[in-house]
Amino acid sequence: MPVLWIVVIVVVLAVVGFVMGRMRALHSAGEDRRSLHSLPNYYGFNVAMFTAVPALLLLLVWMVAQPLIVNTRVSAEIPDALLDGSNMSLVMSDVRRVADGLDTAIAQGALSARQAANIDLQTTDLREVLGSVGVALGSSVDPATLNAAQTYRGMTSTGDLAMTVLVLLAAIAGFAFAYLRTNKDFRARNTVEKGVRVLLIAAASIAILTTIGIVLSLVFNTIEFFRLYPISDFFLGTTWSPSFGGGSDLGILPLLWGTLYISLVALLVAVPIGLFAAVYLSEYATKSVRGIVKPLLEVLAGIPTIVYGLFALLTVGPFLLSIFGANGPTAAMADGGWMHAGTAVMTAGLVMGIMLIPFVSSLSDDIINAVPQSLRDGSYGLGATKSETIKQVILPAALPGIVGAVLLATSRAIGETMIVVLGAGAAARLSMNPFDAMTTVTAKIVSQLTGDADFASPEALVAFALGMTLFVLTLGLNIFALYIVRKYREQYE
Amino acid sequence: MSDATQHGAGQPATRSLHHLDARTKRRNASEKRFKALGIGAIGIGLAFLVILLVTIVSNGATAFQQTFVEVPVYLGAAKLDKKGNRDPEDLKKATTFTYKPLIEQSLLDAVEKSGATTDLAKAKDMKNLISASAASQVRDAVLADPSIIGTTVDFKILASSRVDSYLKGRVHRDEIAKDKNITVAQLDLVDQLRDAGIIHKGFNWAFIFGADASDSRAEQAGIGISMLGSFYMMLVVLVLALPIGVAASIYLEEFAPKNRITDLIEVNISNLAAVPSIVFGILGLAVFIQFAHLPQSAPLVGGLVLTLMTLPTIIISTRAALKAVPPSIRDAALGVGASKMQSVFHHVLPLAMPGILTGTIIGLAQALGETAPLLLIGMVGYIATNSPDGFLDGFVSPNSAMPAQIYEWAKRADPAFYERAWGGIIILLIFLLGMNIIAIILRRKFERRW
Repeated sequence: MPVLWIVVIVVVLAVVGFVMGRMRALHSAGEDRRSLHSLPNYYGFNVAMFTAVPALLLLLVWMVAQPLIVNTRVSAEIPDALLDGSNMSLVMSDVRRVADGLDTAIAQGALSARQAANIDLQTTDLREVLGSVGVALGSSVDPATLNAAQTYRGMTSTGDLAMTVLVLLAAIAGFAFAYLRTNKDFRARNTVEKGVRVLLIAAASIAILTTIGIVLSLVFNTIEFFRLYPISDFFLGTTWSPSFGGGSDLGILPLLWGTLYISLVALLVAVPIGLFAAVYLSEYATKSVRGIVKPLLEVLAGIPTIVYGLFALLTVGPFLLSIFGANGPTAAMADGGWMHAGTAVMTAGLVMGIMLIPFVSSLSDDIINAVPQSLRDGSYGLGATKSETIKQVILPAALPGIVGAVLLATSRAIGETMIVVLGAGAAARLSMNPFDAMTTVTAKIVSQLTGDADFASPEALVAFALGMTLFVLTLGLNIFALYIVRKYREQYE
Repeated sequence: MSDATQHGAGQPATRSLHHLDARTKRRNASEKRFKALGIGAIGIGLAFLVILLVTIVSNGATAFQQTFVEVPVYLGAAKLDKKGNRDPEDLKKATTFTYKPLIEQSLLDAVEKSGATTDLAKAKDMKNLISASAASQVRDAVLADPSIIGTTVDFKILASSRVDSYLKGRVHRDEIAKDKNITVAQLDLVDQLRDAGIIHKGFNWAFIFGADASDSRAEQAGIGISMLGSFYMMLVVLVLALPIGVAASIYLEEFAPKNRITDLIEVNISNLAAVPSIVFGILGLAVFIQFAHLPQSAPLVGGLVLTLMTLPTIIISTRAALKAVPPSIRDAALGVGASKMQSVFHHVLPLAMPGILTGTIIGLAQALGETAPLLLIGMVGYIATNSPDGFLDGFVSPNSAMPAQIYEWAKRADPAFYERAWGGIIILLIFLLGMNIIAIILRRKFERRW
């Protein structure tokens, strides 16, 4: 039975449970609501909760666990001969495809269930049969694969049946348990509230689960990568030249250099502009100017990064090329111009800087506003002008917070993807020229993982190691920055 | 009195408030400079915004116009229905290659009839003027209604992307020497056909509602299907992120005891909000595709990834909204005998709802524009041409999303796709603008000062 139907049945049972539970409670109180312990709806919710929650939870756990168990069992059965020159995950994906194909064939009527169970590879061309129902196989089916696929199908269908029966039983059992407990003295509200509380806690821990998921998916694949590729070559290598045929050099240094260089350019654009804008808005601007300018600047933060990427690729890149390229006015200063293509560190850095302006300005704005008015008043009282007060009193007082804001902006710049994918180029190189095309950690994660990557090769797995580096780097920066900002806030509270 | 100090030594005798001394002048000038720097910084920031918007509109507006060719096509029975029985099965055997010469010949006839002077005298010369999609358009019309075979039917077919770009002023005569897709003679003909009204521009509905097209058919590409993909993803995000986010915030704000675990969750959420979006893509790839074997390119997976990504945003804004509800409301509810749970769900939550919805809409807008994680779960490199069969199928059948589609167009070799990418951005920004306006209206309308 499809999962959807199981869910529908459980939900319908729960609704029925709600109505019946409510009626039973009222009935036990002789239709007098006043002698009930809780409001009548709570009795209904209680039955509905006991019906749906354990059953759906069981369904979820089963759906996660069953493929794992079936996979381990089936892969244990696969003879070693089949693994020759190939790895387990590829063979297993073949097995799954054959098994799914047989099911599709039965569903579409190309094979009867009996035929599918007793396929003889001598007499039937399975590849052709499956092809006719839209399941394309890479090569003709090996008997061992077919065997494994049949086992897979058998176990899956047994598992599905068991799941259906057990989930529905759980729903009915929960229903019966809660229904029979329902009477006028039962503390239904307390039970329901306990249940709701558990749900709330579960929702709050999803954040933790996400982090654990991120860390686990990065760590396992990174370890797998370092098994295939030496860790010292990865962190100390100065060439990046992946080739899917093997023999790649996967040194992270050129990528880190590109990342940091682009971030530096971005910060050089964003920090002065953002900081001055924040100072002006918080110290000089009238309320009405502030009310118009601040939201307008923040529009820059709301524009999706793909837009900035396209802006870099199609507008800023060609514009810079026309100035610093081979035909530009500066070409005479350097042999053939500094810039050879529209994609460059400068292109990506400049555009990323624009993107970060509102980020820096609104963070600094908050921080400058948090400086107590008494410091300003004291400075004015001594005869300082506004700019002297800002330069000598406010900014030094706000410095830790501003450093925190800059660090947060750095972490944003390092993790930014679309602008560098489109604007920075694809060549990894260690160069000082800001008009050279370079590439970054994020851009390489994208290029190594898009397309039909084979997850077992070091060329694809390296993306996880890059992701791990990125994650650790940005997380470190964030924690440090938040720590500084928090310390700074406490200082004036 | 301290009068004595006023006559202290070292006071310049000429000092007056009406005449600024050099030092005061310097200080005032530095004050002015500093203020000018501030104004300059804001000016630069706003200038960038204006440049960005002008670039988008000026490059993208033309995507909403498309060049069409009005041509009466004679559907000769001799070629299309050799057996003469109008049997749909037999008609299907005539492929687009059979239709192509028919259309080219018809266009040539139309050219001659319009009295245009040109050296192009062969039907093949018309090939570059019309889109490669024309043949399938005519074939579909014939298969839908076989009775039109043997008659002459007026078709409004797409002009090729080169012709379209020429009429929009992006292809110039002096640049096409190496272009094998168009010649100067053909452009001359295009000018005359435009004057004759055979070639004309019209509003490009197909761009807004249509499907993506392959590399060689820029004129046919539309964003409609990927819009559908984005819609499904937003549905998933809304259905999952809103309840989970609200539940998590209620727990953290109203019930959580102050202890290590609560602290851990809070630190976690604020850090998750700053994790680069591409890392969520890696998570999605490893957990949903590698581990759980969910289908690649499916809006369901995209929605799940974006849910995890937007959860911190929603939680942070929901907590702010809950915090803004004054404690007196809770105390009053508790005072008349409500349980803690009742006071939250019956009183605090409804009062915080406008704030929660505003935060959710802003989170959704952020998710709608996000591209990087979608690249990793396979929502690019895929030509979104088929609309899903049925509502539920839309969640699992491969699709693209608006920003992913824009990225895809930006990567293609033919510059005609760039116009589409800018046009796609206009549509995307209109959606974002709409969502933000709704959020602002909600805030204005329901905001309460306690």
